[in-house]
Amino acid sequence: MKHLDEYRDAETAHRLAAAIHNEAADSGRRYRLMEFCGGHTHAIFRYGIEDLLPSNIEMVHGPGCPVCVLPTGRLDMAIRLAKRDGVILASYADMLRVPGSKGQSLMKARADGADIRMVYSTLDAVKLAEANPQREVIFFAIGFETTTPPTALAIETAAKKGLTNFSVFCNHVLTPSAIAAILEAPAVRELGTVEIDGFLGPAHVSVVIGSQPYEFFAEEYRKPVAISGFEPIDILQSILMLVRQLNEGRAEVENQYIRAVTRDGNVRAKQAVSRVFELRRDFEWRGLGHIPYSALRLKDEFAAFDAERRFDEPYIPSEGIKACECPAILRGAKKPTDCRLFGRACTPETPLGSCMVSSEGACAAYYTYGRMREPAQ
Amino acid sequence: MNIAPRTSRLSTRRLDLVAGRVDLTHGAGGRAMQQLIEEIFRPAFDNPILARGNDQAAFDVAAGRMVMSTDCFVVSPLFFPGGDIGSLAVHGTVNDVAMSGARPLYLSAGFVIEEGFPLADLQRIAISMGEAARAAGVAVVTGDTKVVERGKADRLFVNTAGIGVVPTGVEISGDRARPGDAILISGTMGDHGVAIMAHRAGLEFETTIVSDSASLNGLVADMVAAVPTIRVLRDPTRGGLAATLNEICHQSGVGMRLDEAAIPIKPEVLGACELLGLDALNVANEGKLIAVVPAAEAARLLTVMRAHPLGRDATMIGDIIADPSRFVRMATRIGGERIVDWLAGEQLPRIC
Ligand code: SF4
Repeated sequence: MKHLDEYRDAETAHRLAAAIHNEAADSGRRYRLMEFCGGHTHAIFRYGIEDLLPSNIEMVHGPGCPVCVLPTGRLDMAIRLAKRDGVILASYADMLRVPGSKGQSLMKARADGADIRMVYSTLDAVKLAEANPQREVIFFAIGFETTTPPTALAIETAAKKGLTNFSVFCNHVLTPSAIAAILEAPAVRELGTVEIDGFLGPAHVSVVIGSQPYEFFAEEYRKPVAISGFEPIDILQSILMLVRQLNEGRAEVENQYIRAVTRDGNVRAKQAVSRVFELRRDFEWRGLGHIPYSALRLKDEFAAFDAERRFDEPYIPSEGIKACECPAILRGAKKPTDCRLFGRACTPETPLGSCMVSSEGACAAYYTYGRMREPAQ
Repeated sequence: MNIAPRTSRLSTRRLDLVAGRVDLTHGAGGRAMQQLIEEIFRPAFDNPILARGNDQAAFDVAAGRMVMSTDCFVVSPLFFPGGDIGSLAVHGTVNDVAMSGARPLYLSAGFVIEEGFPLADLQRIAISMGEAARAAGVAVVTGDTKVVERGKADRLFVNTAGIGVVPTGVEISGDRARPGDAILISGTMGDHGVAIMAHRAGLEFETTIVSDSASLNGLVADMVAAVPTIRVLRDPTRGGLAATLNEICHQSGVGMRLDEAAIPIKPEVLGACELLGLDALNVANEGKLIAVVPAAEAARLLTVMRAHPLGRDATMIGDIIADPSRFVRMATRIGGERIVDWLAGEQLPRIC
């Protein structure tokens, strides 16, 4: 495990921070850099990375938190599925406390008697189905491209095993679509966004999809992208890359995470995904609204494993709590501390919005690691 | 209900300690229960107070302040690298008593056993408890056993309670931390929780991490003898270092400033936490302590701690500051700052 120390090494961090100051501090411009992924947001707060940056570099938190972007209506669907007779809903722990409509949550449904089990992987859910042949096991699948291949493989495994009591409630969404939505979609513009000068792309997503999908943004919108790992040194190095590109007027996709990311990604994982999934015409995101072709659904040949079709469960859109600023936060337009519920009515113990629940949510990161930055109230 | 036999010979056929299982008669208060006690618990805990066979333990107490504590143990798995539910139940309560600066004297032990539990495992756990108690210099002097139907408990739950005496002049309490005091810890963080999680079904990965489960009363005795002005002692169990430091801040109405680079964490533990998405500072310990002490005494206390086998890696990790918000702040390894918070939401269940 030596590598962990290596990438957290304080000296390297200070060297990178000095280089960033050198390049950025006197350039007379601002750098608004969006870290797309909630994992990056957490790393930035957990390691106190902002303390090492000059004041003209602003990190804007993006929508890359699968729990956060799931609209309330989809969560309501999961709750309704879980309450059906004979159903076991298998879910990641993060989802259980997300508030749904009318004060509902999976946690409350569970207390009311719904059989909801926490699992760590899709394959755990397949095992659950094998162990409970009399029950319908539904896996509540969420996530960006990192979690999609395991779900695809689990569905193929279930098909191979001839399991007839396993299905997936699919909420897999796509990173490039979300970035495009932030950059261009008129609907999102109307909702209000911020100008963003460059993007920090999540390395684990690019391990699967490669760096190639970002080339379009870089070219079309003249926004530099740095694909970044999750250790503090990775993030500082990527910020330096973006600052240099902006100073030199370049807009390219640069790969900081050469230790695992290639231009084309993981071909076998991508093949597994395209065997099982196809693009959805439309998917609603919390904060970003309806984005065409921004999510996946199961192909017709796997319809038997698609919980939405199997149980004929309709999507009923629903608004979350009015005062909750999650939607604006997910667009990068507001910060958690702009929400008047932050740290008062809304804390990790009593979350009112998804951004406070998820271990990748911006509100949770601010509260857990950064609330001392707030002037005392 | 006592766990010592009232009569000497109750059954001619001894318990099958190889393949036998606990059944409902073992908790029914009859002969089968007496046999369980006589053949498993009494030899394991063997001591003169228990041997008198009363429903309660009677003993003389020294003059002065006594402390009492109790804890339930539901850890799963029952046997884990570095210990088992029996040794853990002794260490946990001995440590809770010792964190007042007290010398722990006596323990009670209660067992809730699920029907069908292997007698061999029960014996192994009882022996482990007895050994842990002897090693800590305490005696299990009274106890109770209940058997519940299959499915009404998960194999075995243990409760222990303990009492001890506080040496005169020692006044240790979570509300006594003052700005300027130093914060010391006795060793590496996160070992117990990670050892347990590594052995959990579904979370299995290769690791050499063993639980740090141990009785800390020996270390505490040395510390208190050398530096009686210690203000706070706490063992960072559930919720880890982060939760315990936050508790102290709230009790004392102060803040803390820590140095991340000073907090010792084994590389294996750090790696496992990375895989599991955990922060080692939130992970439980069962053989470590935190001490808050006036700064002037910190160096001397550290020397005393390091001289004890359970304090070899003792180190100073930060100091107490005045802070109405009662934040635990930490300078990160790379030179930033963050809060060290209680862990919200689902902690990994049943680690102790
Ligand atoms: S603090 Fe709570 S209510 Fe406010 S935006 Fe964040 S999650 Fe929503």
